[in-house]
Amino acid sequence: MPEVKPRDGVRIDLISGERMDGLASMEKIRMILDGVRDGNIVILEEGLSPDEESRLIEVTMTEISPDEFNGIEIETYPRKETADASFLDRLMGRESAKKLTVIGPANQIETLHKDETLIQTLVSRK
Amino acid sequence: MGLLTGLRSSISRAASTLFSDEEPKRIGIYGPPNAGKTTLSNRIVRDWTEHGDAVGPESHIPHETRRARRRENIEIERDGKTVTIDVVDTPGVTTKVDYTEFLEHDMEKEDAVRRSREATEGVAEAMHWLREDVDGVIYVLDSTTDPFTQVNTMLIGIIESQDLPVLILANKIDLEDSSVQRIRNAFPQHETIPLSALEGDNMDEVYDNIAEYFG
Repeated sequence: MPEVKPRDGVRIDLISGERMDGLASMEKIRMILDGVRDGNIVILEEGLSPDEESRLIEVTMTEISPDEFNGIEIETYPRKETADASFLDRLMGRESAKKLTVIGPANQIETLHKDETLIQTLVSRK
Repeated sequence: MGLLTGLRSSISRAASTLFSDEEPKRIGIYGPPNAGKTTLSNRIVRDWTEHGDAVGPESHIPHETRRARRRENIEIERDGKTVTIDVVDTPGVTTKVDYTEFLEHDMEKEDAVRRSREATEGVAEAMHWLREDVDGVIYVLDSTTDPFTQVNTMLIGIIESQDLPVLILANKIDLEDSSVQRIRNAFPQHETIPLSALEGDNMDEVYDNIAEYFG
Protein backbone atom coordinates (compact mmCIF):
# COMPACT_ATOMS: atom_id res chain seq x y z
CA MET A 1 0.00 0.00 0.00
CA PRO A 2 1.42 3.44 -0.87
CA GLU A 3 2.73 5.34 2.14
CA VAL A 4 0.89 8.53 2.95
CA LYS A 5 2.23 10.81 5.65
CA PRO A 6 -0.73 12.26 7.52
CA ARG A 7 -0.25 15.93 8.34
CA ASP A 8 -2.72 16.39 11.13
CA GLY A 9 -5.40 13.82 11.39
CA VAL A 10 -6.27 10.17 11.46
CA ARG A 11 -5.73 7.99 8.41
CA ILE A 12 -8.59 5.71 7.47
CA ASP A 13 -8.02 2.75 5.16
CA LEU A 14 -11.21 1.44 3.57
CA ILE A 15 -10.33 -1.98 2.22
CA SER A 16 -12.59 -3.59 -0.36
CA GLY A 17 -13.73 -7.16 -0.19
CA GLU A 18 -12.07 -7.71 -3.54
CA ARG A 19 -8.68 -6.70 -2.16
CA MET A 20 -9.08 -8.98 0.85
CA ASP A 21 -10.21 -11.94 -1.27
CA GLY A 22 -6.78 -12.33 -2.75
CA LEU A 23 -5.03 -12.58 0.62
CA ALA A 24 -4.32 -15.53 2.88
CA SER A 25 -5.63 -15.30 6.46
CA MET A 26 -2.29 -14.32 7.96
CA GLU A 27 -1.73 -11.71 5.25
CA LYS A 28 -5.07 -10.13 6.14
CA ILE A 29 -4.22 -10.13 9.83
CA ARG A 30 -0.76 -8.70 9.17
CA MET A 31 -2.20 -5.94 6.99
CA ILE A 32 -4.76 -5.00 9.65
CA LEU A 33 -2.31 -5.01 12.54
CA ASP A 34 0.40 -3.14 10.63
CA GLY A 35 -2.13 -0.43 9.81
CA VAL A 36 -3.53 -0.26 13.33
CA ARG A 37 -0.07 -0.20 14.93
CA ASP A 38 0.70 2.84 12.74
CA GLY A 39 -2.31 4.56 14.29
CA ASN A 40 -4.66 4.07 11.33
CA ILE A 41 -8.30 3.10 11.36
CA VAL A 42 -8.92 0.10 9.13
CA ILE A 43 -12.39 -0.44 7.69
CA LEU A 44 -13.04 -3.76 5.98
CA GLU A 45 -15.89 -3.82 3.51
CA GLU A 46 -16.57 -7.49 4.10
CA GLY A 47 -15.01 -8.30 7.44
CA LEU A 48 -13.21 -11.46 8.51
CA SER A 49 -14.35 -15.05 8.93
CA PRO A 50 -14.84 -16.30 12.52
CA ASP A 51 -11.60 -18.29 12.28
CA GLU A 52 -9.71 -15.19 11.12
CA GLU A 53 -11.26 -13.16 13.94
CA SER A 54 -10.04 -15.77 16.39
CA ARG A 55 -6.51 -15.60 14.96
CA LEU A 56 -6.63 -11.79 14.92
CA ILE A 57 -7.29 -11.81 18.68
CA GLU A 58 -4.49 -14.33 19.21
CA VAL A 59 -1.90 -12.43 17.15
CA THR A 60 -2.97 -9.10 18.68
CA MET A 61 -2.28 -10.52 22.13
CA THR A 62 1.23 -11.55 21.17
CA GLU A 63 1.98 -8.00 19.98
CA ILE A 64 0.72 -6.05 22.99
CA SER A 65 3.58 -4.22 24.63
CA PRO A 66 3.42 -1.87 27.64
CA ASP A 67 3.47 1.86 26.77
CA GLU A 68 3.60 0.96 23.07
CA PHE A 69 0.59 -1.02 21.88
CA ASN A 70 -2.46 -1.84 24.04
CA GLY A 71 -4.35 -3.87 21.50
CA ILE A 72 -7.25 -3.18 19.20
CA GLU A 73 -10.82 -2.03 19.28
CA ILE A 74 -12.94 -3.85 16.71
CA GLU A 75 -16.59 -3.41 15.85
CA THR A 76 -18.88 -5.22 13.46
CA TYR A 77 -22.59 -5.68 13.12
CA PRO A 78 -23.75 -8.87 14.81
CA ARG A 79 -23.59 -11.86 12.50
CA LYS A 80 -27.06 -13.06 11.60
CA GLU A 81 -26.43 -15.37 8.73
CA THR A 82 -24.19 -17.92 10.48
CA ALA A 83 -27.00 -19.54 12.41
CA ASP A 84 -28.87 -20.12 9.15
CA ALA A 85 -25.92 -21.32 7.06
CA SER A 86 -25.84 -25.04 6.40
CA PHE A 87 -23.10 -27.18 7.90
CA LEU A 88 -21.75 -27.85 4.40
CA ASP A 89 -21.62 -24.14 3.64
CA ARG A 90 -19.63 -23.53 6.78
CA LEU A 91 -17.39 -26.49 6.09
CA MET A 92 -16.66 -25.11 2.63
CA GLY A 93 -16.06 -21.62 4.01
CA ARG A 94 -19.15 -20.31 2.23
CA GLU A 95 -20.76 -18.82 5.30
CA SER A 96 -21.80 -15.27 4.88
CA ALA A 97 -19.20 -13.26 6.75
CA LYS A 98 -19.78 -10.09 4.77
CA LYS A 99 -20.16 -7.43 7.39
CA LEU A 100 -18.55 -4.05 7.63
CA THR A 101 -15.80 -4.13 10.25
CA VAL A 102 -14.00 -1.21 11.88
CA ILE A 103 -10.65 -1.84 13.59
CA GLY A 104 -8.44 0.70 15.31
CA PRO A 105 -5.87 1.11 18.06
CA ALA A 106 -7.50 0.57 21.48
CA ASN A 107 -6.14 3.88 22.76
CA GLN A 108 -7.58 5.90 19.86
CA ILE A 109 -11.00 4.47 19.15
CA GLU A 110 -13.91 4.28 21.52
CA THR A 111 -17.29 2.76 20.85
CA LEU A 112 -20.08 5.12 21.83
CA HIS A 113 -23.03 3.02 20.78
CA LYS A 114 -23.66 -0.26 19.06
CA ASP A 115 -26.78 -2.13 18.07
CA GLU A 116 -27.89 -4.39 15.21
CA THR A 117 -27.94 -1.55 12.69
CA LEU A 118 -25.69 1.23 13.97
CA ILE A 119 -22.11 1.52 15.21
CA GLN A 120 -21.01 4.90 16.58
CA THR A 121 -17.34 5.35 17.39
CA LEU A 122 -15.23 8.24 18.57
CA VAL A 123 -11.79 8.40 16.98
CA SER A 124 -9.07 10.52 18.53
CA ARG A 125 -5.59 11.41 17.39
CA LYS A 126 -2.54 9.76 18.98
CA MET B 1 4.99 -54.18 42.81
CA GLY B 2 5.98 -57.42 41.14
CA LEU B 3 6.69 -57.50 37.43
CA LEU B 4 3.64 -59.66 36.72
CA THR B 5 1.31 -57.55 38.84
CA GLY B 6 2.61 -54.37 37.20
CA LEU B 7 2.09 -55.87 33.74
CA ARG B 8 -1.43 -56.99 34.61
CA SER B 9 -2.23 -53.54 35.95
CA SER B 10 -0.91 -51.85 32.79
CA ILE B 11 -2.92 -54.18 30.54
CA SER B 12 -6.01 -53.56 32.64
CA ARG B 13 -5.55 -49.78 32.37
CA ALA B 14 -5.01 -49.97 28.61
CA ALA B 15 -8.06 -52.21 28.18
CA SER B 16 -10.25 -49.94 30.25
CA THR B 17 -9.14 -46.99 28.13
CA LEU B 18 -9.76 -48.91 24.92
CA PHE B 19 -13.14 -50.26 25.85
CA SER B 20 -14.47 -47.53 28.09
CA ASP B 21 -17.35 -45.33 27.03
CA GLU B 22 -16.54 -42.15 25.20
CA GLU B 23 -13.78 -39.96 26.57
CA PRO B 24 -15.12 -37.17 28.80
CA LYS B 25 -16.03 -34.11 26.79
CA ARG B 26 -13.84 -31.08 27.37
CA ILE B 27 -16.11 -28.16 28.17
CA GLY B 28 -14.48 -24.75 27.94
CA ILE B 29 -15.75 -22.05 30.26
CA TYR B 30 -15.48 -18.88 28.22
CA GLY B 31 -16.53 -15.27 28.52
CA PRO B 32 -15.22 -11.75 29.03
CA PRO B 33 -13.02 -10.88 32.05
CA ASN B 34 -14.81 -10.70 35.42
CA ALA B 35 -17.91 -12.59 34.31
CA GLY B 36 -17.43 -15.21 37.06
CA LYS B 37 -15.91 -18.07 35.06
CA THR B 38 -13.57 -19.24 37.81
CA THR B 39 -16.29 -18.87 40.45
CA LEU B 40 -18.48 -21.15 38.31
CA SER B 41 -15.65 -23.64 37.69
CA ASN B 42 -14.95 -23.80 41.41
CA ARG B 43 -18.66 -24.24 42.16
CA ILE B 44 -18.94 -27.16 39.69
CA VAL B 45 -15.82 -28.85 41.05
CA ARG B 46 -16.87 -28.39 44.67
CA ASP B 47 -20.38 -29.69 43.98
CA TRP B 48 -19.29 -32.85 42.15
CA THR B 49 -15.87 -33.97 43.35
CA GLU B 50 -14.89 -35.50 46.68
CA HIS B 51 -11.97 -33.24 47.47
CA GLY B 52 -13.45 -30.23 45.76
CA ASP B 53 -10.22 -28.25 45.50
CA ALA B 54 -10.60 -24.92 43.75
CA VAL B 55 -9.75 -24.74 40.06
CA GLY B 56 -8.25 -21.31 40.63
CA PRO B 57 -8.40 -18.17 42.74
CA GLU B 58 -11.36 -15.81 42.33
CA SER B 59 -10.89 -12.06 42.28
CA HIS B 60 -12.63 -8.81 41.33
CA ILE B 61 -9.43 -7.66 39.59
CA PRO B 62 -9.66 -8.47 35.86
CA HIS B 63 -7.42 -11.20 34.43
CA GLU B 64 -6.99 -13.11 37.69
CA THR B 65 -7.04 -16.28 35.56
CA ARG B 66 -4.13 -16.09 33.16
CA ARG B 67 -3.73 -19.75 32.25
CA ALA B 68 -6.32 -22.24 31.03
CA ARG B 69 -6.83 -24.84 33.77
CA ARG B 70 -8.41 -28.22 33.25
CA ARG B 71 -10.12 -30.29 35.91
CA GLU B 72 -10.72 -33.81 34.67
CA ASN B 73 -13.46 -36.39 35.11
CA ILE B 74 -16.16 -34.43 36.84
CA GLU B 75 -19.14 -36.74 37.13
CA ILE B 76 -22.46 -34.92 37.17
CA GLU B 77 -25.48 -37.04 38.08
CA ARG B 78 -28.86 -36.14 36.65
CA ASP B 79 -31.99 -38.32 36.58
CA GLY B 80 -30.07 -41.48 37.47
CA LYS B 81 -27.55 -40.94 34.66
CA THR B 82 -23.98 -39.79 35.01
CA VAL B 83 -22.36 -37.33 32.64
CA THR B 84 -18.59 -37.08 32.80
CA ILE B 85 -16.91 -33.88 31.65
CA ASP B 86 -13.55 -32.15 31.89
CA VAL B 87 -13.96 -28.50 32.85
CA VAL B 88 -11.51 -26.06 31.27
CA ASP B 89 -11.51 -22.70 33.02
CA THR B 90 -10.11 -20.13 30.58
CA PRO B 91 -8.80 -16.57 30.91
CA GLY B 92 -11.31 -13.84 30.04
CA VAL B 93 -11.15 -12.93 26.36
CA THR B 94 -10.50 -9.37 25.28
CA THR B 95 -8.92 -7.53 22.33
CA LYS B 96 -6.92 -5.13 24.51
CA VAL B 97 -4.90 -5.19 27.72
CA ASP B 98 -3.62 -1.99 29.28
CA TYR B 99 -1.35 -2.46 32.28
CA THR B 100 -2.27 0.99 33.65
CA GLU B 101 -5.75 -0.37 34.50
CA PHE B 102 -4.11 -2.69 37.04
CA LEU B 103 -2.41 0.29 38.70
CA GLU B 104 -5.89 1.37 39.81
CA HIS B 105 -6.00 -1.79 41.93
CA ASP B 106 -3.03 -0.68 44.06
CA MET B 107 -0.52 -2.65 42.05
CA GLU B 108 3.10 -1.60 41.51
CA LYS B 109 4.04 -0.88 37.89
CA GLU B 110 6.30 -3.92 37.67
CA ASP B 111 3.52 -6.22 38.90
CA ALA B 112 0.98 -4.56 36.61
CA VAL B 113 3.22 -5.00 33.56
CA ARG B 114 3.85 -8.65 34.47
CA ARG B 115 0.13 -9.25 34.98
CA SER B 116 -0.69 -7.66 31.62
CA ARG B 117 1.94 -9.79 29.86
CA GLU B 118 0.59 -12.95 31.46
CA ALA B 119 -2.97 -11.84 30.63
CA THR B 120 -2.16 -11.47 26.92
CA GLU B 121 -0.56 -14.92 26.88
CA GLY B 122 -3.65 -16.30 28.63
CA VAL B 123 -6.06 -14.81 26.09
CA ALA B 124 -4.00 -16.23 23.20
CA GLU B 125 -4.03 -19.61 24.95
CA ALA B 126 -7.81 -19.44 25.44
CA MET B 127 -8.32 -18.75 21.72
CA HIS B 128 -6.10 -21.67 20.83
CA TRP B 129 -8.07 -24.00 23.11
CA LEU B 130 -11.30 -22.80 21.51
CA ARG B 131 -10.10 -23.57 18.00
CA GLU B 132 -8.43 -26.89 18.78
CA ASP B 133 -9.26 -28.51 22.06
CA VAL B 134 -12.78 -28.09 23.42
CA ASP B 135 -15.90 -30.13 22.63
CA GLY B 136 -18.44 -27.67 24.00
CA VAL B 137 -18.65 -24.24 25.58
CA ILE B 138 -20.28 -22.73 28.62
CA TYR B 139 -20.34 -19.01 27.89
CA VAL B 140 -20.54 -16.98 31.08
CA LEU B 141 -21.82 -13.41 31.08
CA ASP B 142 -22.20 -10.90 33.89
CA SER B 143 -25.93 -10.14 33.77
CA THR B 144 -25.37 -6.67 35.27
CA THR B 145 -23.43 -5.50 32.20
CA ASP B 146 -24.29 -4.89 28.54
CA PRO B 147 -23.90 -8.18 26.64
CA PHE B 148 -23.84 -6.40 23.28
CA THR B 149 -20.04 -6.16 23.11
CA GLN B 150 -17.81 -7.01 20.21
CA VAL B 151 -15.94 -9.69 22.15
CA ASN B 152 -19.20 -11.48 22.94
CA THR B 153 -20.45 -11.16 19.37
CA MET B 154 -17.16 -12.45 17.95
CA LEU B 155 -16.76 -15.32 20.39
CA ILE B 156 -20.31 -16.56 19.94
CA GLY B 157 -19.73 -16.33 16.17
CA ILE B 158 -16.49 -18.32 16.46
CA ILE B 159 -18.19 -20.98 18.61
CA GLU B 160 -21.13 -21.24 16.17
CA SER B 161 -18.80 -21.51 13.19
CA GLN B 162 -17.19 -24.57 14.79
CA ASP B 163 -20.56 -26.18 15.49
CA LEU B 164 -19.75 -26.50 19.18
CA PRO B 165 -22.69 -26.90 21.55
CA VAL B 166 -22.96 -23.76 23.67
CA LEU B 167 -24.88 -22.91 26.80
CA ILE B 168 -25.07 -19.26 27.83
CA LEU B 169 -25.11 -18.58 31.55
CA ALA B 170 -26.38 -15.24 32.85
CA ASN B 171 -24.35 -14.96 36.04
CA LYS B 172 -24.62 -12.64 39.07
CA ILE B 173 -28.42 -12.71 39.31
CA ASP B 174 -28.01 -12.02 43.02
CA LEU B 175 -27.04 -8.44 42.17
CA GLU B 176 -29.62 -5.68 41.91
CA ASP B 177 -28.74 -4.50 38.38
CA SER B 178 -29.00 -7.99 36.88
CA SER B 179 -31.01 -8.37 33.65
CA VAL B 180 -31.25 -11.86 32.22
CA GLN B 181 -33.64 -10.68 29.51
CA ARG B 182 -31.00 -8.35 28.09
CA ILE B 183 -28.77 -11.40 27.49
CA ARG B 184 -31.66 -13.42 26.00
CA ASN B 185 -32.32 -10.52 23.61
CA ALA B 186 -28.66 -10.34 22.58
CA PHE B 187 -28.34 -14.08 21.82
CA PRO B 188 -31.87 -15.33 21.09
CA GLN B 189 -30.55 -18.32 19.14
CA HIS B 190 -29.13 -19.91 22.32
CA GLU B 191 -30.49 -21.18 25.61
CA THR B 192 -29.73 -18.74 28.44
CA ILE B 193 -29.77 -19.98 32.04
CA PRO B 194 -29.76 -17.50 34.95
CA LEU B 195 -27.60 -18.25 37.98
CA SER B 196 -25.43 -16.91 40.73
CA ALA B 197 -22.26 -18.98 40.79
CA LEU B 198 -21.19 -17.17 43.95
CA GLU B 199 -24.38 -17.87 45.89
CA GLY B 200 -25.17 -21.19 44.21
CA ASP B 201 -28.58 -19.94 43.00
CA ASN B 202 -30.32 -21.99 40.28
CA MET B 203 -27.47 -24.49 39.97
CA ASP B 204 -29.93 -27.40 39.53
CA GLU B 205 -31.13 -25.93 36.24
CA VAL B 206 -27.51 -25.30 35.23
CA TYR B 207 -26.59 -28.96 35.84
CA ASP B 208 -29.75 -30.20 34.07
CA ASN B 209 -28.69 -28.23 31.02
CA ILE B 210 -25.03 -29.26 31.20
CA ALA B 211 -26.17 -32.90 31.22
CA GLU B 212 -28.55 -32.30 28.32
CA TYR B 213 -26.15 -30.28 26.16
CA PHE B 214 -22.89 -32.09 26.82
CA GLY B 215 -23.96 -35.58 27.91
